[in-house]
Amino acid sequence: MTDAAPRSTAPDATELRRLTAELLAAHPPLETDRTAFLEARFDAGLAWVHYPEGLGGLGAPRTLQAVVDAELEAAGAPDNDPRRIGIGLGMAAPTILGFGTREQRERFLRPLWVGEEVWCQLFSEPGAGSDLAALGTRAVREGDDWVIDGQKVWTSSAHLARWAILIARTDPSVPKHRGITYFVCDMTDPGVEVRPLRQITGEAEFNEVFLTGVRIPDSHRLGEVGDGWRVAQTTLMNERVSIGGMRIPREGGMIGPVAKTWRERPELRTHDLHQRLLKLWVEAEVGRLTGERLRQQLVAGQPGPEGSGLKLGFARLNQEISGLEVELRGEEGLLYDDWTMRRPELVDFTGRDAGYRYLRSKGNSIEGGTSEVLLNIVAERVLGLPSEPRTDKDVAWKDLAR
Amino acid sequence: MTAQGTQPDLLYSEEEEALRAAVRDLLTDHCDPGRVIARTESDTPHDPALWKALSEGMGLAGLLVPEERGGQGATHREAAVVLEELGRAVAPVPYLTSAVVATEALLACPGEDAAALLTELASGRTVGALAVALSTAPDGAHRTVRHEDGLLHGELTGIADVAAADVLLVPAADGGLYAVDANAVTVTPRVSLDLTRPLATVTVDGVRGRRLGDAGPAVRRALTAGAGLLASEQLGLADWCLTETVRHLKERRQFNRPVGGFQALKHRLAQLWLEVVHTRAAARHAADALAAGSADTGVAVAVAQAYAAPVAVHAAEEAVQLHGGIGMTWEHPVHLYLKRAKADSIAYGTAGAHREALARLVDLQAP
Repeated sequence: MTDAAPRSTAPDATELRRLTAELLAAHPPLETDRTAFLEARFDAGLAWVHYPEGLGGLGAPRTLQAVVDAELEAAGAPDNDPRRIGIGLGMAAPTILGFGTREQRERFLRPLWVGEEVWCQLFSEPGAGSDLAALGTRAVREGDDWVIDGQKVWTSSAHLARWAILIARTDPSVPKHRGITYFVCDMTDPGVEVRPLRQITGEAEFNEVFLTGVRIPDSHRLGEVGDGWRVAQTTLMNERVSIGGMRIPREGGMIGPVAKTWRERPELRTHDLHQRLLKLWVEAEVGRLTGERLRQQLVAGQPGPEGSGLKLGFARLNQEISGLEVELRGEEGLLYDDWTMRRPELVDFTGRDAGYRYLRSKGNSIEGGTSEVLLNIVAERVLGLPSEPRTDKDVAWKDLAR
Repeated sequence: MTAQGTQPDLLYSEEEEALRAAVRDLLTDHCDPGRVIARTESDTPHDPALWKALSEGMGLAGLLVPEERGGQGATHREAAVVLEELGRAVAPVPYLTSAVVATEALLACPGEDAAALLTELASGRTVGALAVALSTAPDGAHRTVRHEDGLLHGELTGIADVAAADVLLVPAADGGLYAVDANAVTVTPRVSLDLTRPLATVTVDGVRGRRLGDAGPAVRRALTAGAGLLASEQLGLADWCLTETVRHLKERRQFNRPVGGFQALKHRLAQLWLEVVHTRAAARHAADALAAGSADTGVAVAVAQAYAAPVAVHAAEEAVQLHGGIGMTWEHPVHLYLKRAKADSIAYGTAGAHREALARLVDLQAP
């Protein structure tokens, strides 16, 4: 994976504790600049221990990351705010690791992990959402560069991002899954225009991105020309796998604020709401246990297919719970905290009111794969049911009706 | 909020998977649906040969009984795996009622009488039944018999699996739990919705019983374990319904396509799969809490029952619907599953009763 001399064996928990103590001794967190500490951590191979040596890891089992994280947290070390850099960590990094050249991995992974460079994802298009492979953004080869023209949509963090992972069509004469190529796009290129997209919550969490004559050097291509769909599968798989890593306490999700309100505001209680609350409380607890079970399966090295369904469950549950919460608040439920158009860096559910949670959770069944598409995936890949008849399978992309 | 001590183990161990495989093999050979249907129409709804194979052959009746009492000294986690497989086969054996519920009641009683009876139940040669209506929730009220001049008098309704029982554990008005010989009482079989777990009325008319201990804690413990492990039976049942329905829909063709290729049906099955996955987590959680004697057991059991009961019914109802006309026939076994699932949704407390219990346990009080 890297040219650095490999360790004879992967480090175990004891060895990782020792290395963590060494890092803390050399860079006392309270006296060290945040970025400098994170860089030192990356260089020590303690960023993501399952990555190869030289790329922020030590080739250790992924599950041992928790050992390092616990030691660092206890010592008050800064973390790399994984939420803000979630797309880089969760989607770009595993794809670069899986398909990037040595130069690409060395150029991109360190600033990505440290949080110096924010990433965004240029996949969805106005005409290609659930049918992602139908995308129409073109990439045409010109010498050592590719010239990109098209429009992307639903891009979180585009206004903050230094880099983007981008899929574009390099060959319109073959069926739609085949003529796609995967690139790293420089968001500072003059041909990149980012426009906020205001949503039903009032804020602009996403953007539209217009790409006009954007030049990407061929050295920023990930994987082979025409192989972008396969590369994108790695990205999308990682997007859906990223849940389940964390242990959630009982009432840790959206049910928490509702239960709290119920306990503190007896005047709001009605029998109908009580029945619905208890039912949702049970579902939230069972969803939490299912996530915990999935986590335990991953730790035990026996990942089950449960992950593909978890998002489905959470999406519906969040919508029902937040809907109940608006009703529970009665007269207050008729109000909204703030319609000001903002461009948040993070989606912050708990910092805002029930009305916001209600509206924002509507996106949970659309983003990262609609519930309808995920149900198809479960039915076909988990249950082995036949796929829908396909009329676009053997037709060149350019000949498809649009 | 109830404290959650150590993290629950929600997976199956290798030994548990081996146990599952052994039970499933046995059930494949000795409990095919055709025979279960035929048996429900006979005078002996229970399958004594199967019970003998499970208890004497594999020692499963004694899973929850300590080794010094002739049992296996195993835990609720293993019993849960057995119940998953028995649910998958709608096996007509008194496992839940004797090896779990009656056994748990005896485990709550001190004394040598209870201990001796435990050893008998562990062997499987004696079958026990707690004489409390099957519909009773763990914290629910139940009927008792009068205790006068050393003799028991009264009538108890809705008692499950009495037809197979040798000894009844009878709660009396004096607060005691009494062991009564099944031959000494009048058992009136009722026509039950679930023919594989038949109900009866028990009339006790001046019978002498051996006092085992206090009925209150024994009944509560028995019903808590029964409710918690019933979720595993419901899991197995729902899993069978899903698997069989998927199999059927891959084979069955209409409109020149396998029916399973239609999105309207695919989404329903994917949804059902999701519910089964969630039920597995909830059922494992309850079994693990019972095994650990966790302070969280009350919540874990209530959550498991509140969730698993409607899922099992939903799975069976979907299975009937998606099998089309054949799902409505006596010949196809899916009706056994629907009847068991619906009866299970009342057994040891309805989902609503468990939600009410939860409201108290997690401080979400009614208006």
